[in-house]
Formats: sequence, C-alpha cells, structure tokens
Amino acid sequence: MTEVARSVAIKLRSCSKTFPDGTKALQPLDLDVGAGETLVILGPSGCGKTTTLRIIAGLDEPDPGGKVLFDGEDVTPVPIERRDVGIVFQSYALFPNMSVRENVAYGLRVRRRPAAEQRSRADEMLAMMRIEALADRRIDQLSGGQRQRVALARALAIRPRALLLDEPLTALDAKLRETLRVEIDGLLRRVGITAIYVTHDQAEAMALGDRIVVMEHGRVAQIGSPREIYRAPKSRFVADFIGTMNKLPGRAEAGRFVTAAGSIPWSREAGAAEAAFRPEDARIVPAGPDALRATVTTSFFLGDRTRLVLDVAGTAVTVDSSERAAWTRGEAVHLAVPPQALIDLGDRA
Amino acid sequence: MRARSRDDFRHLLLLLPAGIVFAAFFLVPLGQLFLIGGSGKSGYAGYADILVHPKYLRSLVSTLALAAATTVATLLLSTTAGLFLVRNAFPGRALLVAMLTLPLAFPGVVIGFMVIMLAGRQGLIGDVTQALTGEKLVFAYSMAGLFMGYVYFSVPRTVLTIMASAEKLDPRLEEAARSLGASRLRVLADVILPGLKPALLAAGAICFATAMGAFGTAFTLATRIDVLPMTIYTEFTLQANIAVAAALSFVLGAVTWAALALARTASGATVAAAG
Repeated sequence: MTEVARSVAIKLRSCSKTFPDGTKALQPLDLDVGAGETLVILGPSGCGKTTTLRIIAGLDEPDPGGKVLFDGEDVTPVPIERRDVGIVFQSYALFPNMSVRENVAYGLRVRRRPAAEQRSRADEMLAMMRIEALADRRIDQLSGGQRQRVALARALAIRPRALLLDEPLTALDAKLRETLRVEIDGLLRRVGITAIYVTHDQAEAMALGDRIVVMEHGRVAQIGSPREIYRAPKSRFVADFIGTMNKLPGRAEAGRFVTAAGSIPWSREAGAAEAAFRPEDARIVPAGPDALRATVTTSFFLGDRTRLVLDVAGTAVTVDSSERAAWTRGEAVHLAVPPQALIDLGDRA
Repeated sequence: MRARSRDDFRHLLLLLPAGIVFAAFFLVPLGQLFLIGGSGKSGYAGYADILVHPKYLRSLVSTLALAAATTVATLLLSTTAGLFLVRNAFPGRALLVAMLTLPLAFPGVVIGFMVIMLAGRQGLIGDVTQALTGEKLVFAYSMAGLFMGYVYFSVPRTVLTIMASAEKLDPRLEEAARSLGASRLRVLADVILPGLKPALLAAGAICFATAMGAFGTAFTLATRIDVLPMTIYTEFTLQANIAVAAALSFVLGAVTWAALALARTASGATVAAAG
C-alpha cells in the first residue's frame, strides 16, 4: 500500500469561540488527539462540535488566546489553504463542473503536480474507495453513497495531515449509512490517519471512535473510550444522550440501595441517591431479598430479546431480557441489578 | 388510434390562439420586413450591399463592438458588486441594493440626460477635469458616452440576477476547494464563476441584446452616433430609404441572434440547455 497520509497529533489549547452576535459557541477547550487516532465528537446540534472541527480545519479562528497545534507546531495563524487537512462534509461539496476524476485530482492540480501524477493518484484513490468505474462520470450522475466515496477520495488524495469529517453520513438513508460506516471504519484503520469525526448519532460514535468526546453547550461533558462513555457516564447528560439509561430514586444506606419497591445491594456512601443502570444489565428473577418488586407495563418482543417496560414504585424502568419467557401486562415480577452495573449519577438534586 | 388522433387535433386547436398571435406579431412583420428589405433598387442583393457598403458595415461593426464592450464591462462590475453584496452584511446594505435597482425604471432618454449631466459640456466631469488639468473632458456625445449610459442601465438587472444566483452557491464547495489548497483566485475561477455561469450567460445575453438595439439613449446624446439603430432611424425618417432601413433592421436582428447563439454554443452544453 502506498503512503496515504502523514498523520499528526493535534492539540487544542484554550480554544473558545464567540460569534459576532455575542453567542458563546465554545467555552475554552483543551483537546488532545493522538497521531493516527480516530476521535469522535458527539453531541446534539448547537453543542459546539462543528465549531470545534472548523477551528481545527482553519475555517474558523478561535478567540484570541486559543491555539491549534499540529505535532507541536502552532498552526493557529495558518489558513486552511496551507493547513493540509482533508475535509468531508455532510453535503458532499463536490465540484459539479468537474468529473469524478477531476474532483479527486483537484488538490494535486492546485499544487501544479504533473498531469500523469494527478491521474495516477486520482485513480489510486478511486480504486481504494472501489469506485474506479465511476471516474469519468459527472457528479449529478452519482448516488449519495457514491458521492461521499468521491469526497473521501478527494480529501485523501492530497495526503492530508488529518482527516476531518462533518456528519458525513447524515444525508444518507439508514441502510447505506450502516454500509458506509463500516467502510469508513475500515478505511481509517487501514490508512492510519488522524481523524476527527463529528456526529450527533451515538451509534456511529460508538462504532467508529477510538475515543469519544461528548459535548454539551459548548463544553466537553466527557472524554473516553466508547466503553467508558457507555458503562461509566460521568453526568446525567452523557447517560441520557448515549443509549437507554434507567434512573431509580432512592436512598443508599448500610451497603444497600433502598427504594419503595424493596432494596438491592450497593456499596455507596449513605444519602439520598439516584441509581442508574442499562436495560441489558437488569434481570427478571424469582422473588428474593435482593430483588425489587415491579409490574409489567408493556412488553415488546424484538426477536433476539424482549424489551419490557416495568413500573418500579412509580418509576418507569426499561429492561431487556433474552429469556424465552413471555410476560403479560400487569404481571408482577422481580428485578435484580448486579451492584457493579449500578452507576452513581451523584446526589439527587 | 382514432381517439388518439382526435386528441392530437384538439391539442392543436388549443395551440391555435398562440399560433395566431405568434404569426401576427412575429412571423408576418418579420417576413414583411424581409420582403421590404429586398424591394430596393438592387432587390435582395440589397442585403449583401449592407455588408459591403462602408457606411453600413462601419455602423454594424461599431454597434457589435459597443454591445460586446458593454456586456463585458457590465458583467465585470456586476459580478464584483453582486458577490460583495451577497457576502458582506453592513448597515445600509438593503438601502444600497434598492438604490442600485433604481435605473431599471428609467427610459433611455433619462439615461442619456444623466450621461450629459455627468460628462457633457456643462457636466461634472468636465468641471472637475478643468479645475485639475485646465482641460475640459467631454465625452457624453460619443460612443464613450453611450457606453457609459448602457453600462449604467444594464448593471442593476445584472447585479440582481447575479445576487440571486450567488446566494444559492453552497459555501461548503468553496471551503472544500480551500481545504484542497486552492487560493482565493482559484476558488473564484474553479468554484464561484462556474457556479454563476448560468446567471452570467442569461444576464449577459440580455445586456448584449439591449445594447445592440437600444435607441433612446443614443438619440438623446447625439444624432451623429454611428450605431445601427440610429442608422436605421436616419435612413427611415430622414432619407425615406425604406428598403435599406428594413434590410438593416433585419440584419440587426439576425446578427444579434447569431451572436447570442454563438456565445451559448461556445460556453458548452449546459448553456445551450439554459438558453
């Protein structure tokens, strides 16, 4: 495989962004991305994730005092034209007046490389994206998935120092999104390029990221591996944003979590608390001292599992069970949650 | 099959009013014009005479040159102004755009009047140049004055067309080009101008056709200005040379049409489709 990329480590130091109308889009942010790492920035719209990407790209400048470093070199004053980063947008942003091959070769044409090199590099990139058959097509003859492949090939053709992707799959339909996501994942691993991937889709974030940065209101809510983010969310926001999270109010005392529906073991300092857990961590068990009393509100048979919504002392709790059992509405059941699966979201407000 | 042909017949019947209007106001006058053009002493060879006769040929060439220069200058000015107005928000922008479109309402006579006030014998430019250099610069009563008037007249509608088109350009395209290393000038040449091409062609065509055929401004400035509409007017009213006037009119129409068709073909398939 020919060399595709020169990966750099990216550092942001106290990068904030205030828009001309006074809106603070980004609170001072420090961020470290390792060379070759895929970092996913995840959050709802307006959380500052795209602003962060645009600052790294050089499309937006951070407020005075903020710094962007590529391998320790301060690139803050370097405009995007000379920052050598590849960008892929949600809207593809392919040049409609050029063929597929001309699009991919554009970065080399601008750099005045010999025509033969432009062509061979473009064809190499098209082959890598498995769209070499489309080389002479016009852009309006391509499907959405094909367009995004061309956009990826074009961004990588210049051997960028980093690849920045702004919601690249959002415009595609669900099935294609899945296919292309797997493809992008394979591509990023193979190429080993430093990649920053912005999305609002938690499934995409979990599947692609070496690490995930969850953002909220222009701040980092949590940074960690997909596992850490899922298993140990540090805040209510992160817990709610990723996957389904049950939250039970109660009290922690003497090594147990006590609710109106019974108590389960939990070693936490005493006090009013809220215990959170994932639907797949709870189990339906026979009545016993370490189980909570619950009533079935609804049950959905999903094939590989049954999703139950239970009423636990007035709180709705979602449980996934893979047992071959059927439950009926109104049925009384008992619920056990292993102590290591219980997440402490802090004292109750 | 029979029902089908009856339908076809009905459709043709529905087209009839449009056909009558087209014939009455376009085909018949044009045919008549062509016939009159051939009714002179030398018959249809009169058409050839126009292209050989130095006076008429000079008139034709200078009209074409004026229209081409007006089109180029208008497109340059309007593209710059239009892009600036779309990309920059500043206080008074809406008012400026409204003022820019003001000349749309003026007839050619008023445009000519304004050119005289600016560059005529008592004009502003004359006063200023006299104060500065001691010589009075007067160009209102010439091709230069006409050129200025036509540009002034054509810029508003061209700016509006270009602004409408520029607002629809995807800013991501430009950002993508810049990320690939393209300078501002490259972005303009490779992304912005191709994106504006349909608008530039449409506006350019109208501008060119207007400059070829406009009469009021030329008539206001001076009767000596050697453009085709003036020549036609002179032949028709002053010389009563009706055959030549008709032949010139026909040639004016044909040459304008041919020039526009040529521009369309030269600028590629997308344009032919747009035109």
